[in-house]
Amino acid sequence: MKPGTGRARRASPAAGRPSNGRPKRTRKRKPKNDVSFWKLRLYVAGETAKSVAAFSNLKRICEEHLRGRYRIEVVDLLQNPKLARGDQILALPTLVRQLPPPVKKIIGDFSNTERVLVGLDLRHVTSPGG
Amino acid sequence: MLSPRNRRSVSRVLPSLAKTPTGIQGLDQVTGGGLPSGRAALVCGGPGSGKTLLGMEFLIRGAQRFGDPGLFVGFEETPKELALNVASLGFDVNRLVERKLLAIDQVQVDRSEIEETGEYNLEGLFVRLDAAIKAVGARRLVIDTLETLFTGFDNQAILRAELARLFRWLKNRGITSIITAERGEGALTRHGLEEYVSDCVITLDHRTSGESATRWLRVVKYRGSSHGTNDYPFLIDQGGVSVLPITAHGLDYPVSSQRVSTGVASLDEMMGGKGYFRGSSVLVSGAAGTGKTSLASAFANATCGAGRRCLYVAFEEAMSQVVRNMRSTGIDLGRWIDAGLLAFHAARPSVFGLEMHLIAIHRLIEQLAPDAVILDPISSLVGSAPVAEVKSLLVRLLDYLKTKQITGLFTSLATATSVEETEIGVSSLIDTWLQVRDVESRGERNRAIYVIKSRGMPHSNQVREFVITSSGIDLLPVQSGPDGVLIGSARLRRAAEEAGLILSRRQEAERRRRALRRRRAAVDSQIATLRAELAAEEEDLKAMMVDEQKLADRDQEDSATLERRRQGQDRTLRQPSLRAARRGRRS
Repeated sequence: MKPGTGRARRASPAAGRPSNGRPKRTRKRKPKNDVSFWKLRLYVAGETAKSVAAFSNLKRICEEHLRGRYRIEVVDLLQNPKLARGDQILALPTLVRQLPPPVKKIIGDFSNTERVLVGLDLRHVTSPGG
Repeated sequence: MLSPRNRRSVSRVLPSLAKTPTGIQGLDQVTGGGLPSGRAALVCGGPGSGKTLLGMEFLIRGAQRFGDPGLFVGFEETPKELALNVASLGFDVNRLVERKLLAIDQVQVDRSEIEETGEYNLEGLFVRLDAAIKAVGARRLVIDTLETLFTGFDNQAILRAELARLFRWLKNRGITSIITAERGEGALTRHGLEEYVSDCVITLDHRTSGESATRWLRVVKYRGSSHGTNDYPFLIDQGGVSVLPITAHGLDYPVSSQRVSTGVASLDEMMGGKGYFRGSSVLVSGAAGTGKTSLASAFANATCGAGRRCLYVAFEEAMSQVVRNMRSTGIDLGRWIDAGLLAFHAARPSVFGLEMHLIAIHRLIEQLAPDAVILDPISSLVGSAPVAEVKSLLVRLLDYLKTKQITGLFTSLATATSVEETEIGVSSLIDTWLQVRDVESRGERNRAIYVIKSRGMPHSNQVREFVITSSGIDLLPVQSGPDGVLIGSARLRRAAEEAGLILSRRQEAERRRRALRRRRAAVDSQIATLRAELAAEEEDLKAMMVDEQKLADRDQEDSATLERRRQGQDRTLRQPSLRAARRGRRS
């Protein structure tokens, strides 16, 4: 599951504390509470065909609607199972929208674009300028 | 259900299913050793039926008794709440958590947050479970209300497939687990979990009959094992969950031929001079105010007096009241309470269900190990539950007491109008049955006592009068008269009459004796008088004889004088005068 752009990265034990911090590499383009910046975390379990498909679906939607204003953090629970507890992850894949608030969760492989947009509250964001 | 012996022999021949003891009182007995090892058992029941507590106790007992680390996965309560809930049952969860014998994990399913955008699975749950199991090395697992998942996820097909996978996964890991589920209408569980967990299914139920509630446990299914199929009552109290197998004891208890005093010497006499058999069951029945409690207290007094322990379960009176009342009959129960020999358990029958009473009594018996148990009165239980249930309770209690060689004394209130329901229900289980009756005659009520039956000992067939005095209970010997047994004032009157009769007889004899004495005195004095007369006559006669002699002498002298005179020798002239005098005397 290689991310297509440099903005997505994979969480690993070496990556510090992905659950609470912001990624090290990110440029601080916007303040944390800026509603126009999207911080997403994708939970998967292993590099399976399904998780790869989910990631590419998500990526496509984000590129389409949030180009340049998002970051996807991928957490592999097989490598870091304890992280499942923090965000109360049961289903996989699960996407957690950490920013902008409020925290939202969507599950599934993101094949249903409509529902992803509803789940992420992207409808109104996309309509004005895309 | 196979008898214990049969079960043992079967298991000796065939390798039986490995079982993991739950450590919960009674449950292992019902399931024949515990839950199936390495498999999942389904515990279903309505809200508040005790599912969570049962699961929690399974883990806690497992950790405490068998050293099995356990994991509790709760979908509804936080670890803090859980710890608090079971702390009230006397379990210190935090200590077990510190010792790594228990882990509590809360899984939150919040429907509103989650949007489903395509296919997914529950791998996240598996990952969490796996991590938590590994963290403590859990051998026991409880998943509390797994069905909460159904409210969190829309896609039933995925969910069901994942649940099936979950149970397979658990089985493969060899973890003994309890899955709890809500009871559904017309089905065991609301979401049909029994399809997936089918090795062992236990239902919990909370039913009310009358006004009191009783918890029930039933093993619906136990694949590969025999099990008790009844509804077993169970209890949740300070000691956790206790299940009470109804007829787990059977009829093969040992019996004793030792005797224990009834506390009333004359009642002992009625039963061969010795009293009840140790470990037997005694029923004292009678109308209100016939002295049932007094008889029971006398027995308690005698038991404690012999240095044995006694448990007194009072359903109608408070301890202090019984103690005070009995003091008026010369029985001091207070000192036995102080000495720790007598324990009182006073509870209104309606306070909780019958089963609660039974389990509470069981607990007390386990704690105190008494030699005698008194239930006063069992008839008041009937008001709070159907007769059949009371009977079933008493059967179980009697069985239990008998296996423990505890003498049981039950009192039962019988009213004149109603048939004695409890007596009919239990009399066949009773070894010694005493009946105290009101006998009404001559405008008063008196008590009479009978021994209706007393198995295995000679006993009096007499009706005795039963009196309670300030110095204790006594049975008076029978006074029978033309109208049958005389009782109360009739007896007293008869006694008085008899006493009067004896007195008058005595007086008559005395009177006669005195008359005789008088008569003797009279006769004696008469004799004396006669003697005196006789003596006087004798005296007279003697005097006369003397005179006669003198006269004879004088005559002789006279004639001699005359002789002399005739011959002219008489010189005196008195002679004729003497003769005249003599003549005069003779006349």
